[in-house]
Amino acid sequence: MLHFIARRVLLMIPTLFVISALVYFIIDLPPGDCVTSQIEELLARGDPDAHQRAEELRELYGLNLPLWHRYLDWVAGIFRWDFGLSCQDTVPVADLISERMLLTIVMETCTIAFIWIVSFVIGVYAATHQYRWGDYVASFIGFIGLSIPNFLLALVLLYVGKVYFGLSIGGLMDPEYIDKPLSWGKVVSVMEHLIIPVVVIGMSGTAGMIRRLRANLLDELQKQYVVTGRAKGLPPMRLLVKYPLRHAINPFVADIGGLLPDVISGSVIVSVVLSLPTTGPMLLSALKTQDVNLAATFLLFVAVLTVIGMLISDLALAALDPRIRFGASAEK
Amino acid sequence: MTDTTPSGTPPESPRRAPHFVSQEPWDPYVADKLTAEQERYYMAGQWKLMWWRFRRHKPAVVSMVFLLLMYFSTLISEFIAPYDLHTRHSRYIFAAPQSVHLFHEGTFLGPFVYGLKMERDPATLQRIYSADTTKPQPLRFFCLGDSYEFWGLIEGRFHFVCPPEDGTIFLLGTDRLGRDMFSRIVYAARISLTIGVIGIALSFTLALILGGLAGYYGGWIDSIVQRLTEIIKSFPHLPLWLALSAALPVTWSPLLVYFGITIILALLDWPGLGRAVRSKLLSLREEDYAAAAQMMGAKPARIIGRHLLPGFMSHLIASATLSIPSMILAETALSFLGLGLRPPITSWGVLLNEATDINVVAVNWWLMLPVVPVILVILAYQFMGDGMRDAADPYA
Repeated sequence: MLHFIARRVLLMIPTLFVISALVYFIIDLPPGDCVTSQIEELLARGDPDAHQRAEELRELYGLNLPLWHRYLDWVAGIFRWDFGLSCQDTVPVADLISERMLLTIVMETCTIAFIWIVSFVIGVYAATHQYRWGDYVASFIGFIGLSIPNFLLALVLLYVGKVYFGLSIGGLMDPEYIDKPLSWGKVVSVMEHLIIPVVVIGMSGTAGMIRRLRANLLDELQKQYVVTGRAKGLPPMRLLVKYPLRHAINPFVADIGGLLPDVISGSVIVSVVLSLPTTGPMLLSALKTQDVNLAATFLLFVAVLTVIGMLISDLALAALDPRIRFGASAEK
Repeated sequence: MTDTTPSGTPPESPRRAPHFVSQEPWDPYVADKLTAEQERYYMAGQWKLMWWRFRRHKPAVVSMVFLLLMYFSTLISEFIAPYDLHTRHSRYIFAAPQSVHLFHEGTFLGPFVYGLKMERDPATLQRIYSADTTKPQPLRFFCLGDSYEFWGLIEGRFHFVCPPEDGTIFLLGTDRLGRDMFSRIVYAARISLTIGVIGIALSFTLALILGGLAGYYGGWIDSIVQRLTEIIKSFPHLPLWLALSAALPVTWSPLLVYFGITIILALLDWPGLGRAVRSKLLSLREEDYAAAAQMMGAKPARIIGRHLLPGFMSHLIASATLSIPSMILAETALSFLGLGLRPPITSWGVLLNEATDINVVAVNWWLMLPVVPVILVILAYQFMGDGMRDAADPYA
């Protein structure tokens, strides 16, 4: 088991390196840099020192250095929790993003938990009550969830909330808690505001999971050992939980690896629509203004989240399924 | 042939039974005679079988008809839209949708609209449009209206429906520049619908080449392609798409951006299909017929293209169809966020970009309407893809 974990963790490092280098390069690709637009603004205002100011700024941000140099500086800084300066307002990136990252992690963890709990309950119910009305309702919800894109759903919800209920569902906490230290009230407020984004982001994932769990469990329930067990008079609950469910839940856990990229993608765009104080909106503006350090840090953060999520799902799977556990240790 | 007709040869001995040979032509398949219906079924080709199977899936057929109509409309957008894509009506900014009526004060007039009167709310300075119900303005059909260049080539003024003489027809309202939403949605379909198809064609090609190489040759090519697909598949697509499309230079012309976006969409989309190609090829190349072709000296390209691919092409097409909606959605999302297509190229996502400010939308709800065609098209593709996937294996 230890060997298995170590191998997975070691594999993460080169992956993250490749992704970070690629991302840094891509963001820097378009002509010009983040100073260009600021300078154009100064020029338009008729500032005589614009060009000199530009040189100063470039010096400050190290934009005169070659790309590889800046990249290495940035990577070296990461280990000291220093992600360079953000180009927009000359603030260290680390100060800008800590809270947003925390909120993003909270939101995505909640979404995954939501997807799991809801799809587990509904999926098991739908499989054990096949072709009853509950099953049809579940299939219908699943279908809607799969086919309506989440950012459009967010947009529609935003509209409905605004027009019919007069509430704005943007933001992640009540205004009085913004920039305040952590308190119980703040946590409650965040939780209340999280409900809508979590449901919107989790919708399509939940729908897919329900479908898969239902199909797997139905396959398993038709097997002969279930019939035998029932014939011998096992209580129905025990018959369900002891074997078929354990079998059917494997792909369910394995799927988190595929689920996570979708949840992260979804959370980026949904948080832009709902203007949540998470990484999404800031990533977007950083990309638009070519704020390389900030955008690259966000993207690296997203990559780290994904990779760790995959690791957790692999570990959970290994813990759950002895075949994988022993298969991994037999490899050495 | 020995002629042994019973009538021609007299019996040699009265005790032995005559040697009887039937003269009727012998049909070796007489035992399992097929009915006409069965014959039609067993003799049908693979594609025909698939079509029959597909036809049984009613929602899929309806969706296909719907999609065909949508795609047909993109061929003649200029004719369908009452206004041009960029026609501005400065007197009708944020005008509410006009409804088409048939009866005026109890008498049948044919389709007509009422003219719009604009007033300003004295308190909020909001524009309020009300219908002037005294004067019906009949619509004109098959008429001359806004001039356009059909496909950018032929000039024309012919429309299916035109606004009444000195009146307007805004079926779905107007936007902040007074441009007719209905016309814009019709024109935007051209971009939104094609980007999915072109994108999938690119990603299909990539998947065939890379998956084919990996599956047929195996070895180090395979492991490189495998690592690549793993990295691409495990990384969230949207942030990468955002980064890539932000990297498209601002100086590019909108048309170049359109192709750039298509390529970006395809770059991240191929791994799913590529994996399917690889795993199928891995198993099929071990088949006897593949070995036979190899021994007869066929080149790899021929073996893959001629002998292996046709075996699972239908599956590939079905899964490609199922991933078109995600392409359309990705483009919509990118344009919605302002990192995708740029005006004057207009897609549904570009139109929705106007709907980002919810306070504007709360007053002018018709700005959200481009959501409707997006959802309908996605649904239709999903149904059709489901039907195609079921039909892809007609022998099952």
